[in-house]
Amino acid sequence: MPKIIKDQQIQDDSWQLVAKDATDNLPAGDIIVPVEFWKENTEDLSQRGNVAVWIDAGEEAESIAEDLDKIAFVAINFPAFTDGRGYSYARLLRERYSYQGEIRAIGDVLQDQLQHMTRCGFNSFSLKEGKNIETALAGLKTINEPYQAATDLPPLFRRRV
Amino acid sequence: MYVYDQYDQQIVDDRVAQFRDQTQRYLAGDLAEEEFLPLRLQNGLYIQRHAPMFRIAVPYGMLSSNQMRKLAHLARTYDRNYAHFTTRHNAQFNWPKLEDVPDMLAELASVQMHAIQTSGNCIRNTSTDQFAGVTAEEIEDPRPWAELIRQWSTFHPEFAFLPRKFKIAINATPGVDRAATQAHDVGVYIVKNDAGEVGFSILAGGGQGRTPILGAIIKDFLPKEHLLSYLEAVLRVYNRLGRRDNKFKARIKILVRALTPEVFSQMVEEEWNHLKDGYNTLTQEEIDRVKSAFTLPDYKDLPAENADFEAKKAEDKVFANWVARNTHPHKVPGYVAVTLTLKETGVAPGDCTDEQMDNMADMADKYSFGELRISHFQNVILADVELSDLYAVWQEAKAMGFATPNLGLLTDMICCPGGDFCALANAKSIPIAKQIQERFDNLDYLYDIGELELNISGCMNACGHHHVGNIGILGVDKKGAEFYQISLGGQSGVNANIGKIIGPSFGEADIADALEKIINVYLENRTEEERFIDTFDRIGMQPFKTRVYANA
Repeated sequence: MPKIIKDQQIQDDSWQLVAKDATDNLPAGDIIVPVEFWKENTEDLSQRGNVAVWIDAGEEAESIAEDLDKIAFVAINFPAFTDGRGYSYARLLRERYSYQGEIRAIGDVLQDQLQHMTRCGFNSFSLKEGKNIETALAGLKTINEPYQAATDLPPLFRRRV
Repeated sequence: MYVYDQYDQQIVDDRVAQFRDQTQRYLAGDLAEEEFLPLRLQNGLYIQRHAPMFRIAVPYGMLSSNQMRKLAHLARTYDRNYAHFTTRHNAQFNWPKLEDVPDMLAELASVQMHAIQTSGNCIRNTSTDQFAGVTAEEIEDPRPWAELIRQWSTFHPEFAFLPRKFKIAINATPGVDRAATQAHDVGVYIVKNDAGEVGFSILAGGGQGRTPILGAIIKDFLPKEHLLSYLEAVLRVYNRLGRRDNKFKARIKILVRALTPEVFSQMVEEEWNHLKDGYNTLTQEEIDRVKSAFTLPDYKDLPAENADFEAKKAEDKVFANWVARNTHPHKVPGYVAVTLTLKETGVAPGDCTDEQMDNMADMADKYSFGELRISHFQNVILADVELSDLYAVWQEAKAMGFATPNLGLLTDMICCPGGDFCALANAKSIPIAKQIQERFDNLDYLYDIGELELNISGCMNACGHHHVGNIGILGVDKKGAEFYQISLGGQSGVNANIGKIIGPSFGEADIADALEKIINVYLENRTEEERFIDTFDRIGMQPFKTRVYANA
């Protein structure tokens, strides 16, 4: 079974990602569907259950804000790891929409960005294919006492002793 | 100057370990080239034409003498005995080896320095006035605010992968702008409102490069405790909406222009309403803590005038010239700020040998409380020199080649490293600077021409700020050959303006001739009190154009 990092640990993962052009044939079991497809089929999908939703760079956190209590979790796609829009979406989900559930990073997810992602509110990571998940764990924390506030910490100036 | 506490030190130490690990994984083949690239860029490491180029941050331009000696040591140990100071408070090395860079970072961390976010699509160094803290006209010292921005932006997790690089400048002197604040992605002016409270006026969307444009005011008055939450709102709007499809349209200036400054300002305001009064609100304790790090040196109680100094000036005209051009008034009586120029003929502007760096560090210890500053104009400042020491400072500076009294004159050029070093450049810039220095080497003639900003960039990226030079020279590539475009009428500072292109570009050999014609048109047309830029503004482009292209 595929593995993810979730809540700092390596875990089995049963969720299957449904691409934007593959919604005609939904697989059985746990699925992560594109947000557009979710919006068009909210009722059917809610009844089906076992549905999470993924949003792409450019689709904004707002697109899923109203349905957060109806889905298993939110996944945010990084089409390239250098496309940083997903960081803002995760913070908005946590801080603007008070979302407490799982936020998963999918797509071009690499070891060296895991701490930034964690600080912005991601708590699960589906690493890019072919990457070593064991060594990637080291990327969760490389800077021990960061300066600025994010979803995990108040700013250092409120923590300095 | 700001001194690290255990937290600041831990952050740079963590960074050294992190980058050492990343470099090892890259060299071992575990990290792909394209995955390593943004990581090394955020540590200031480019792969250039001959070797990596390594850019080190000098926050708001301040260096202690020990930090300067460390740069000299790095130049000797890991490079070819010199460094280059840039227009944005950075020092660059052109010949380090990739595998040495983690050790260089460790050496830097040992003197509270780093290369964090000196490149890459992230928030860069905050730049400011080289006379911050010593000029009498400023509303307050901008450096504590620059340091607060530095801390907030260092490893900001949300803004490490912006559409493009992001540069902030801060200025605190009304009517004067030595930091080119309007040409930055965000400009911060320290201002006083009608009630006498100090706060900020915020500009956004300025920039040079392919589409030069001056920033527009998006917030008239921001109370000081909200600086970080407001910047966070600006950055969030930009991170979400800035263009990522075309790197030439990805700077914030394109977004601000597309939305209009009014709409952009409104969007920031809406975002800020959510963030305002949150935990980024600066506490008075923190403002005081950082301000207290910029304590005044132990100034002596001196008379405003010094008889020996006046006598030396009267005796020695060359000394008097140097004083007139290369010193700046100080808010404390009996002191001045001295500019050591790095613009000697035959040397690339901003270049400095290891020996010169050591010498400058010694001079700082002897004459200026052990502190130095790097200016936007690629010179080095001793900010706190006693009048009675000036003659000795001048003699030492002269002996070491820092006293070319050309500050603010035509040969005090801003120049990027150009095609000799930079992989991005279309054309060489340093030989052009040299050609100009050689043509205009007569000092009396230079003084007669007077104040003139000449800026040279080797390509559209405009590292040499050619758009805002009174005369700008831009290297362009025409079917594989190097040509140079000349623009006139640009200005940095408070009346910032983008220069206009005079006409068809020139071959390398023709630059000095064209310049001489331009200067002659000025000399023939100026009134007594006019600087080059004043004459240009009055008579316009046509007379210059006619002369330069006559008989061509």
